[in-house]
Amino acid sequence: MSCEIEHKGTFNTLLNINKIKKNLTRRIMIDKIATMIFFGSTLFALLVLGILIYRIFTQSIGWLDLQFLTSTLSIFPEKAGILGAIIGSFLLMIIVAPVTIVLGVATAIYLEEYASKSKFQSFVKMNISNLAGVPSVIFGLLGLTVFGRLLNLGSSILAGGLTMSLLVLPIVVVAAQEAVRAVPGFLRDASYAMGASRWTTIRKVVLPVALPGILTGSILALSRAIGETAPLVVLGIPALILRIPTGFMDNFTALPIQIYYWTLDAVLTREYANLAAATIVALMVMLAMMNSIAIIIRNKFQKRY
Amino acid sequence: MVNKELANKRSIFKVNKLNLWYGDDHALKDLDFEMKENNVSAIIGPSGCGKSTFIKTLNRMVELIPSVRTSGEILFNGKNIFDNSFRVEELRTRVGMVFQKPNPFPKSIFENVVYGAKIHGITRKSHLMEIAEASLRSAALWDEVKDRLNDNAYGLSGGQQQRLCIARSIAIQPEVLLMDEPTSALDPIATAKIEELIIELKKEYTIVIVTHSMQQAARISDETAFFLMGELIEKGDTKGIFTTPKDKRTEDYITGRFG
Amino acid sequence: MENQTNVRGIIKKNLANDKGRFVENLMPRVFLVAASISILTTIGIVLTLILDAYKFFSQVPLREIFSTKLAPLSANPSFGILPIINGTIITSFIAMCVAIPVGLTAAIYLSEFASDKVRRIVKPIMEVLAGIPTIVYGFFAYSFVTPLLLLLIPNLEAKNALSPGIVMGIMIIPLVASLSEDAMNSVPNALREGALALGATKLEVALKVIVPAGFSGILASFILGISRAIGETMIVAIASGSSKNFTFDITQSMQTMTAYIVEFTSGDAGSGTLGYYSLYAVGLLLFSFTLFMNLIAQYILKRFREEY
Repeated sequence: MSCEIEHKGTFNTLLNINKIKKNLTRRIMIDKIATMIFFGSTLFALLVLGILIYRIFTQSIGWLDLQFLTSTLSIFPEKAGILGAIIGSFLLMIIVAPVTIVLGVATAIYLEEYASKSKFQSFVKMNISNLAGVPSVIFGLLGLTVFGRLLNLGSSILAGGLTMSLLVLPIVVVAAQEAVRAVPGFLRDASYAMGASRWTTIRKVVLPVALPGILTGSILALSRAIGETAPLVVLGIPALILRIPTGFMDNFTALPIQIYYWTLDAVLTREYANLAAATIVALMVMLAMMNSIAIIIRNKFQKRY
Repeated sequence: MVNKELANKRSIFKVNKLNLWYGDDHALKDLDFEMKENNVSAIIGPSGCGKSTFIKTLNRMVELIPSVRTSGEILFNGKNIFDNSFRVEELRTRVGMVFQKPNPFPKSIFENVVYGAKIHGITRKSHLMEIAEASLRSAALWDEVKDRLNDNAYGLSGGQQQRLCIARSIAIQPEVLLMDEPTSALDPIATAKIEELIIELKKEYTIVIVTHSMQQAARISDETAFFLMGELIEKGDTKGIFTTPKDKRTEDYITGRFG
Repeated sequence: MENQTNVRGIIKKNLANDKGRFVENLMPRVFLVAASISILTTIGIVLTLILDAYKFFSQVPLREIFSTKLAPLSANPSFGILPIINGTIITSFIAMCVAIPVGLTAAIYLSEFASDKVRRIVKPIMEVLAGIPTIVYGFFAYSFVTPLLLLLIPNLEAKNALSPGIVMGIMIIPLVASLSEDAMNSVPNALREGALALGATKLEVALKVIVPAGFSGILASFILGISRAIGETMIVAIASGSSKNFTFDITQSMQTMTAYIVEFTSGDAGSGTLGYYSLYAVGLLLFSFTLFMNLIAQYILKRFREEY
């Protein structure tokens, strides 16, 4: 009996309504302030993006024109253009796209359709996620040694393209794996039940259904490759190419390389900063286009079954 | 009378001492089963009794699940389907299957019907057209879709999709059609249409249908088999099973005492 | 009826065709070769780095390597690695001072406070931020952030550790934010509702329930962020310069390991020289650092997944 009274007593002191009320207003205020701070830091990220785009755009004004896009390099900033770099980047993509899509999709098919849940699958998966975390400059050293010197491809488009392909391959593999895994099992069953072999089922059912996902992932990988600089610098890709490349064994320059060297040279000649900014705008427009295509594909083919 | 007629028919499937395990799980136990030509056999039983597993064994679809082991033999036209010389692809062209949920490909109606013909080497357009029309007619779908063969199959209703899947199966002229609860995802009207179709198809194909609806089994089948916990409890002509079941467990199931 | 026999006949003939069976057996082998490329890449990286780094380590005494004097191109070259390790640690530290607080608070906001509408706007912008090439961030650091900082710190050098550090942090915000948000999102709603039902404010729920529950995922995002900062090349190569001084003064130019590799290959390190081999030694070190951190992050994530 006495015990119960004691309990009641503690309970009452704990639940001192006035104290709680006072406390509550304070807690609500802290909550509001914190929300504002959290929102502020989210806003910060958006703000930086805005400033970055605005700054680069204003710096490029007056420099980014048709003449800039269609001329080759010159020692006079007013006459310099990025045609060679645009063609170089384009030829680079012509190598990266087929190599990564073929290897990436084939790897994904092997992992998901042939070696599903095997030890080999988990080993390759772990390997790929580690490769994705290797700094791009290391891929440059690999390319320099294997493609540049061992296979004697030098600083050619082929050497650059193969190096870039290895760099972005993990992105394509992961995207293709997800796309293949998302193909519902009942479609595979329908095909097998018609007497289709495994390869026929993959070719006629799995790949067509997974294609939008594969394409989206591939475009994202390409947009990574087109902006990547460090491996090309390590491979010794120069910015001083006056001749426009015509074949895959030619030396070349690319948009990010051009940006890099112009930025470094801006210490000497201020106008080079404007040229770099103009080149960045050109690069970002390309990236925006590629991403828009990826988004369009994703939206158009979203879940039809 | 009925029994005598049955006995004269040719045997299509003969299952001897079939056992199946999913890992350590013994799913089918010492099954013996015989199926006659141009018959509809219904398989009934509570869920989890192995009836789906059983018909998926008949076209070896069950082997797509890893860790499945089988023993015993299944003779299809006298040849053991587990023999190495019997290619599983060939078996599946001769033993077609219709699934619980309609599963057309995300392609046009036409491409769905001719899928099997195309992957097995029939390429001429006129042949494909002929095959598409014949199979869609047999599946009682032709009149509904003849003007929109190039539309995506997912624009069809559930019942139409299921009939499309039946058309797709019979397009490569199998001898047997396995149906795994083909109407369980459909409304009563669509179900009635499919049942009508099955009775029609019986003239040309041997049909095995898994169903959890005893009324359906009674309506369309010639023979009925009752499965319980991986065992075949009783099998005989449908009328007999539903009027005078020999086994107590069969009687309990069809009178609704469990299941 | 004639057509019908035809169909079966063609199918039968086609199934008997050995070519189909040959392709069927060949394809998995072709795919296996493709799947092996990624493994070969790893092996290639490790072999490349180890073989040439070995030539470096066999010629340079350890005493010299662990010195603060780095002068690869002088008449009497010295290969002390400490200046560039120092440069890497300092720039990465500055980056994480930006990325962790901003990334984590943004993640808390997106996961616990933001409405669906805000989330739908903010997340794609974060993705854009993550998709900007690092060379662009490098240009931004050099041509905008450094001049801006110069207004606050008059004795700031044109190339310094502070500006690229900050910009690298900005670059890593989306990574930390999205991985942390994933971690918080996977905290079961029951925990959230339970705390809210006791009268806790959203902030209290976030800080006392959600963040502790998703802590391992959040920690993994920090580690992956650090690994990104260590491996980041172009921002530091442009904005931090190539001074090989061993200093802790963030207003001065200092070189990172990555910038050292980039400066040297694009310069004139002829194949076979000690300077050339030093690239691979630095590369090996860099590879080991980042691999180690990635493995830790993966380990943490794996353990964390098993919790729920």
